[in-house]
Amino acid sequence: MVTDGQEGKDTTTEQPLEVTKLQELVYELKIEEVMTKKVVTVSPDDTMRHLKDVLRMSRVSGAPVMRGSELVGIITIEDLIKALEAGDIDAPLGQRMTINVLTVFADETVIQAVNTFGRLGFGRLPVVKRDGKLVGILTQGDIARGLLRQLEIDYHEEEIHSYRASHIFEDIVSDQTGLILRYNVRPHDFSHCGEAASKLKRALQRLGAKPNIVRRIAVASYEAETNLAIHTTNGGQITAEIQPEKIRIVAVDQGPGIPDVEQALQPGFSTAPDWIRELGFGAGMGLSNIKACADEMSLESKPGTGTRLQIVIRL
Amino acid sequence: MTLRELASKLSLSVQAGADKLDREVSGGYASDLLSCVMARARKGNVWVTLQCHVNVVAVASLLELAGIIITEGAIPDAATLAKASDEGVPILTTSKTTFVVVGELTGLGVRGGE
Repeated sequence: MVTDGQEGKDTTTEQPLEVTKLQELVYELKIEEVMTKKVVTVSPDDTMRHLKDVLRMSRVSGAPVMRGSELVGIITIEDLIKALEAGDIDAPLGQRMTINVLTVFADETVIQAVNTFGRLGFGRLPVVKRDGKLVGILTQGDIARGLLRQLEIDYHEEEIHSYRASHIFEDIVSDQTGLILRYNVRPHDFSHCGEAASKLKRALQRLGAKPNIVRRIAVASYEAETNLAIHTTNGGQITAEIQPEKIRIVAVDQGPGIPDVEQALQPGFSTAPDWIRELGFGAGMGLSNIKACADEMSLESKPGTGTRLQIVIRL
Repeated sequence: MTLRELASKLSLSVQAGADKLDREVSGGYASDLLSCVMARARKGNVWVTLQCHVNVVAVASLLELAGIIITEGAIPDAATLAKASDEGVPILTTSKTTFVVVGELTGLGVRGGE
């Protein structure tokens, strides 16, 4: 954060990361990667009238002047205007061109050109190889387009990268790495029901887990959380342990317990009271949804003591 | 088709999430049982239901649905609408029945299923 001392205002850079990326590119991108390779050229013996037609038809504002394959000068629309004012439109443009041409090398980085444009305010810079051969032309528009194109490529690569499973704890290495998130679920609290699942989902997105896996975890944890909210006497706890290759979610409570676990696992079976069914809960699909989403699932219960549901999903 | 276009064509009232109506709708799902929605609705789907309590927001948010069309004249309470705004879940209401709304959506080309 940067504070403007005089007025005591805060001028916060909203996305400093993006600016650095751009700077990085400006220092990395080579001029030959952004320049225009098809160069419109003229010869010193061409007339200013010819130049007028060339500039108009090619829609450029200036052109390098070539004698054969040698760069001998540069001529711009400004020169053309002066010629028109002097009534000199049929003069050979070799007489009016600028002889000392400032050029940039194809293998230089864009920063060189940016500095030159900034300093001298030229519209275009011819690009040459180290042996002096003309290979392209560069405008500020070319630079902008090239940077934008590269930023898009980098962003796309980052998106792909962040979806690879190994990315989750990429630089965090240990013999056994685990991130533990614990959530308390209150009984019959339907205004907050789903929050644990939502927070867990966001955490996994933040860590870069694949979207389809995040969805399975979201559905499984939502159903586990909802079961705790609907059926427990005093609520329960959800513990999610995120390891590099898998996530283990455990939902425990201290009562009332499930008398018949096999029955509870049957799709459509529910012990939800009417008032809860009216809210759309109690379809009896919770545990089967979890089973469909999980790679491993186990359900243990002792009536009067409590229930433990364990879900494992591979990342 | 975007949610905005659907809202206009079906004369739905926008109760929340007016700034998120330009999402392309990927399909539709209709059920009043939350677990069924969790199991079958897909990301970007529009969900048609007469449930209007706060939990519909959680479901829509978790599944990244395009929005919820609440039918039969049910209007969510202020707390539910506030949560919907916070989570960026569009809520549209209508007095028509679920059956009629689903028919109209199908007529506009919104499909169900995988």
